[in-house]
Amino acid sequence: MEALLPGSPEGTPRRTPLHDLHVARGAKLVPFAGWELPVQYEGILAEHRWTRESASLFDVSHMGQVEVSGDDALAGLESLIPASLQSLAPGRTRYAVVTNDDGGIVDDLLLTRRDDDVFLVINAARIDADLTWFRARLPALTFNHRQERALLALQGPKAADALSRLTPAALELAPFAYGEFELLGVPCSFSRSGYTGEDGFEIGCDGADAVSVAEALLARPEVRPAGLGARDSLRLEAGLCLYGSDINADTSPVEAGLAWTFGARRRGALAVPGGARIERELANGPARRRVGILPEGRGVIRGGAAVRDASGHEIGEVTSGTFAPSLGVPVAMGYVATEYSEPGAVLQVELRGRKVPAKVTPLPFVPPRRHQTRPN
Amino acid sequence: MPNLRYTKDHEWVTVDGDIATVGITEYAQDQLGDIVFVELPEVGRTVAAGEEVAVVESVKAASEVYAPVAGQVAETNPVLSDAPETVNADATGDGWFLRIRMADPGEFDQLLDEAAYAALTGEA
Repeated sequence: MEALLPGSPEGTPRRTPLHDLHVARGAKLVPFAGWELPVQYEGILAEHRWTRESASLFDVSHMGQVEVSGDDALAGLESLIPASLQSLAPGRTRYAVVTNDDGGIVDDLLLTRRDDDVFLVINAARIDADLTWFRARLPALTFNHRQERALLALQGPKAADALSRLTPAALELAPFAYGEFELLGVPCSFSRSGYTGEDGFEIGCDGADAVSVAEALLARPEVRPAGLGARDSLRLEAGLCLYGSDINADTSPVEAGLAWTFGARRRGALAVPGGARIERELANGPARRRVGILPEGRGVIRGGAAVRDASGHEIGEVTSGTFAPSLGVPVAMGYVATEYSEPGAVLQVELRGRKVPAKVTPLPFVPPRRHQTRPN
Repeated sequence: MPNLRYTKDHEWVTVDGDIATVGITEYAQDQLGDIVFVELPEVGRTVAAGEEVAVVESVKAASEVYAPVAGQVAETNPVLSDAPETVNADATGDGWFLRIRMADPGEFDQLLDEAAYAALTGEA
């Protein structure tokens, strides 16, 4: 969800409450969206693999945690977000996008209906833009950016095991459910969600308590710290979008393959900014679509590379690419003209002036392994 | 080691007769992180000093490797195609990249010595 943007050029990057913990654990820190954050500890490959087989703790305190309150907050948000929010039950979380007047994307976010308000988690690089957008269009609602809060993502198949002695109540949460529980006496918010394709929890707490919460989780044998590098390769394998790379102000949610977030009730009458373009693309199909791209060979295709058809005509662009540690090969995502978007379509992608054969492949590259509440 | 020289681009070079062996430094591999692919030149290619001769890919990014000396590519390390992580494990040994038959062996002496390279990386 978050953009790999350089740190803010003016002033020093901000530090999260876990900064000293990162340094003590040997993290390599990099500027990211105006923050100084760990890109890795022992290494991206090892952290990626550990997340897929056990559990990792990511500091995502840079992300914006925003409380929305006021009368009919969900109805107000529905005027800017094409998703069925009013039907959301209390304690449930939904992934959604905010559209702009051109039908592009202002941001993607996680939205939770709580008993008395609505809780948003938004991209760090988009906090100012989102707050300006929301406040200008929904003046009757209050948007409270809880800058003093920390956010930790505990991700992996053993995330629940790791929490079982600390906060057993959180294990009752279904995927995309939210609850508030104590962890070692610290009040925390738990959302069973994440950005890795694995089971996991996003845990919010006051910044002053973040070190004790993180240390308690890292003391579990299942849990190791992981940085932004593994977070990016994990989300790409899971086919999840990175704002600023795979989605932006020009990409529509239909092109991006995110129309599933709309909800049945709202299709056909999308009264949101840019709704006309979105309805048109839903009816007629978009001109381009986001697809998975599997290049031949081991050269890593990066965002920005041109995509061509077999005869060399430019038909799209790579928006992110990496080496996929779970698969042992490079993978990429990008936009191609719709006629080339079916799995198996033959492409060429540019790599250092050469053209590398590639083909369209279904997303995700690695299937998600979400927690099943009622296995059968 | 008098037989070991460096470039400001973080390549190391050893020389045996007119054959220069080239790799990337311990500092460079540590900065790059996990290396997942190394693109090596064709044997027989003629290269100028400073010309891009290989590409090393980490999970994070691609970086160019430049020929520290002019000459002809005599050999490339066959281990790296299947085990690029060898560069992380042993950057200055088994993780060498290529050998260049030097056009002018005198070029080697123009490269940075250990102290100059250490000063460059702030590890003096």
